[in-house]
Amino acid sequence: MNEKYFQERIDAEKKIEPKDWMPDDYRKHLIRQISQHAHSEIIGMQPEGNWITRAPSLRAKMILLAKVQDEAGHGLYLYSACETLGISREKLVQQLHEGKAKYSSIFNYPTLSWADMGAVGWLVDGAAIVNQVSLQRTSYGPYSRGMVKICKEESFHQRQGYEIMAEMAKGTAEQKAMAQDALNRFWWPSIMMFGPQDSDSPRSGNAMKWKIKRQTNDALRQDFIDKTVGQAEVIGLTIPDPDLKWNEERQSYDFGEMDWEEFWSVVNGNGPCNKQRLAHHKKAYDQGKWVRDAAKAYAKKQELVAN
Amino acid sequence: MSSLFTYTLRIADSSLILGQRMSEWCSNGPTLEEDIAMSNISLDMFGQANGFYQYAAQLDGTKSADELAFRRNEREFFNHQLVEQENGNFGTTMVRNFLHDVFNFLFYTELSKSKDETLSALASKSLKEVKYHLRHSSNWLIRLGGGTEESNTKVQDALEELWMYTGELFEMDNLDTELLNNGIAVDNSALKLEWDIMVNKTLVKAKLTRPEEVYMATGGKKGLHTECLGFILSEMQFLQRAYPDAKW
Repeated sequence: MNEKYFQERIDAEKKIEPKDWMPDDYRKHLIRQISQHAHSEIIGMQPEGNWITRAPSLRAKMILLAKVQDEAGHGLYLYSACETLGISREKLVQQLHEGKAKYSSIFNYPTLSWADMGAVGWLVDGAAIVNQVSLQRTSYGPYSRGMVKICKEESFHQRQGYEIMAEMAKGTAEQKAMAQDALNRFWWPSIMMFGPQDSDSPRSGNAMKWKIKRQTNDALRQDFIDKTVGQAEVIGLTIPDPDLKWNEERQSYDFGEMDWEEFWSVVNGNGPCNKQRLAHHKKAYDQGKWVRDAAKAYAKKQELVAN
Repeated sequence: MSSLFTYTLRIADSSLILGQRMSEWCSNGPTLEEDIAMSNISLDMFGQANGFYQYAAQLDGTKSADELAFRRNEREFFNHQLVEQENGNFGTTMVRNFLHDVFNFLFYTELSKSKDETLSALASKSLKEVKYHLRHSSNWLIRLGGGTEESNTKVQDALEELWMYTGELFEMDNLDTELLNNGIAVDNSALKLEWDIMVNKTLVKAKLTRPEEVYMATGGKKGLHTECLGFILSEMQFLQRAYPDAKW
């Protein structure tokens, strides 16, 4: 009975709210997806944080720092959205540290030059937006509302990233080379951010039926590629895919084979920075323990005084 | 170099270097909320630095704000030695910031009355932000001082370690005196009394002991620094130095 009513609400495009009945698997799927999304925001602070102290101008420094701070804010919204499903932030962080919860593999790639700040903003945030715009219509209320808020800021980030790339592409020969190199390194990992091809995506079935997910991985990926190719052309950079070609009939770009072996290898922990990213997060968390303990102890003493 | 240019540059340098130190906390904070708060403070400091550099650049007429920030050497930086000190643990950072925030609060309160309209406007704008910074660092000092034994020891240690960099805040050299006589500069030495009162008040609330008077470091105004500054600059200025012809 419950389940039938639940599906009817979903089919009628009504949002599911924290206190509504929901199937256990719906709850589990959401916790997995939202926490993965939250962890991605938080771990994603590292590759960009890597360049804050080296940003080449006062303006660049402020823009980058404000951006990374936004990511922290997104992480907060998403952890809060996830907590409405009955799991604490502490527990979610623990799952991350134990390797039970994942984050987007894109953040396991290193940022090696200032142009990478451009590439990450333009491509990684660009890909994230395509996904998140779609998720604004997701069936779970708190997640959907979080996405609306996040999308506004992300589109800003993408423009800032593109601006860095454009600036470097028209700069000195060295700058242009850095920009092209960044595009070469981030292109394939970015288009793999949408996940496995639909034919290999194990969880798509229920997610689509429950309208957690609104479009398939392949549809989102195609949308991103179609949007991005022209942007690269405008600033004179070349997308590193010899098979990329406009298909008149589909009104879309055809593109080359993705390296799924690399994708799964990074997902399973063997990317260039998997170990460092997690170690960095754990270290900050462990080093902050005495501060959190002190704040708790102080708050408790204040309560005693008040009573 | 005019006195006013150098005076403005000194203020900008302290803001920039403290902002740079605070930005090192990004993704390393003890909680997500605190990470965000520290990025905020860092952004405020960069904003203040930018304002004062812009004014200095205008006074100088040959260099841009970015050139002032990214193309000067260690001996040409005039920030307080206190702000270049390493972040240490979270308690060290809060103590360093607290000692400097109290100074900044008093300094900008006075500078906002300067006869130089630009300095006065920049000071008033900075003062609003500094009030928040001071509340932030004071609250943490009280929480950590009154939290656990471990946290109390950590902040007390930091206080002992950093105390020697507070004497410099109140120094006056000929340049300061000249501009003070013109109604432009702040009398730093006159801030000491109020600084002592404010610091002591918070230390009592935080169950911390004010350190004994010790040897006081000096040199920032002359471009003499601790060994920390060279590393900060080599990291911060890397791209501007490695690619001098590039625009970013």
